[in-house]
Amino acid sequence: MEVAIFWLLAVIIIASAAATVFSKNIIYSAFSLLFSFLGVAGIYAMLSADFLAVTQIMVYVGGILTLILFGVMLTNRITMMSLKTDVFNFIPGLTIAAVMLAGLLYVIWVTGTWASDSPAAWDTTVETIGTLTITRFLLPFEVVAILLLIAVVGASFIARKDKQKIQS
Amino acid sequence: MHDLVLKTLGIGDLLAWLGVPDGSLVYPVVASVFPLVFLIIFALLAVYAERKVSALIQNRLGPMETGPWGLFQTTADILKLIQKEDITPKAADKILFFVAPVLVFTGTYASLAAFPWSSGFVGADLNVGIFYLLAISSLVVAGLLMAGWGSNNKWSLYGAVRSTAQIVSYEIPAGLAVLTAIVTTGTLSMNGIIRHQEGMWFGLLFQSPFLFVAFIIYLIASLAEVNRTPFDLPEAESELVGGYHTEYSGMKFAMFFLAEYGNMFIVSGIAVAVFMGGWLTPWGTEPSVLMGVVWMILKSLFFVFFQMWLRWTLPRFRVDQLMYLCWKVLIPIAFACLIGQAAVEVYL
Repeated sequence: MEVAIFWLLAVIIIASAAATVFSKNIIYSAFSLLFSFLGVAGIYAMLSADFLAVTQIMVYVGGILTLILFGVMLTNRITMMSLKTDVFNFIPGLTIAAVMLAGLLYVIWVTGTWASDSPAAWDTTVETIGTLTITRFLLPFEVVAILLLIAVVGASFIARKDKQKIQS
Repeated sequence: MHDLVLKTLGIGDLLAWLGVPDGSLVYPVVASVFPLVFLIIFALLAVYAERKVSALIQNRLGPMETGPWGLFQTTADILKLIQKEDITPKAADKILFFVAPVLVFTGTYASLAAFPWSSGFVGADLNVGIFYLLAISSLVVAGLLMAGWGSNNKWSLYGAVRSTAQIVSYEIPAGLAVLTAIVTTGTLSMNGIIRHQEGMWFGLLFQSPFLFVAFIIYLIASLAEVNRTPFDLPEAESELVGGYHTEYSGMKFAMFFLAEYGNMFIVSGIAVAVFMGGWLTPWGTEPSVLMGVVWMILKSLFFVFFQMWLRWTLPRFRVDQLMYLCWKVLIPIAFACLIGQAAVEVYL
């Protein structure tokens, strides 16, 4: 049963990721990314990383994907014609992709140790993550918080109406 | 878990009598169909109730012709919807147009997986239950955008974009309000949250002023998340015809409708589970499994009624008022509640 679910998720992830890359229509790409994200969340859930799985859905599906879709929909008018993507720089792109794939495979082969059985039974991960965040990983956590704060301030500065311009 | 569900519903004995062996896949499948059956019956009755409530508020009678007091009106409507021709506009994007209602309904149905019907009667009592419930609704957002884009219709697109902007914005005060309660309960599991409220009259609601305000904020934000008046801009009939489902008809429209009413029930259920003791009795004792289901549904239905009541008494917000309310009123108050409640937890 578990193996069947794993293969189902694997097929969903790979197929939708391929659709994201190869689709000529940017909207299709964005929406197939959705299924890829969901599949990865499913894999996390199978690895007993429940918090990570839900965060994956919350952040990627709820946040990033929505942002991408908004970006696409607001920058173009409702004419599908202008929304085509195409293949450029075929040879350099292929080379870089091949090198990166080789590097990743090498690292996985040399350093990766594969767990031979599925992880231990469901245990609450939330408390551990919370404790570690505010003890061992406090500095990265605070740095990310400041980064996000800067992003919020910057976004509201760009979005703010220029009062002098409106009056004149 | 499925054993308990089926035993409660009396279907387990029926399946065993039919000769289905113990531990076969039939039991979990039947158990997982239960929310679907509930959802369909709920939507049927809720549409009827919505019409009757609106009629009462507007001093009318409402549906009276079909059956006694018009009880079969929605059944007739469903039969009509099933028979209708399934129209796909020529200019629409066929794939997106088809997938969108399925995705929206999947989002709604997936939330029921962690919905706490009663003690032990919860599809999956996840350690991250409430977080899952808040996160999975983002599938609905993606589905709505897909519907709006796939219809290739300006009203649909406006409706979808408004709806998404609204849901994404109001997720923040809703999440913060729920977080205020979680600071107290110290767990994200739905049944854990409910069990924490044992012995409290009406659950967490009257435990501290911060929690009470957080509950009000959640109630307002949940109205916006299910696109109900006064936040029904995405479907504003007078401006957008029907919003994101303008082009949909027949069964696809019915799926949107089912998802919409399902979401009404789910956000009410979350409010009840987090702030009002869920399946506990109002005076805070643990009922039997079956009575737990009854209490949970009764409490949730009250808030569904509350949503209908508001819909027929309040006018609609403007887009800028909607965003003002969310970002400049609800979010600061929600943060104040969160910090206040955290201080209460630490110092009292």
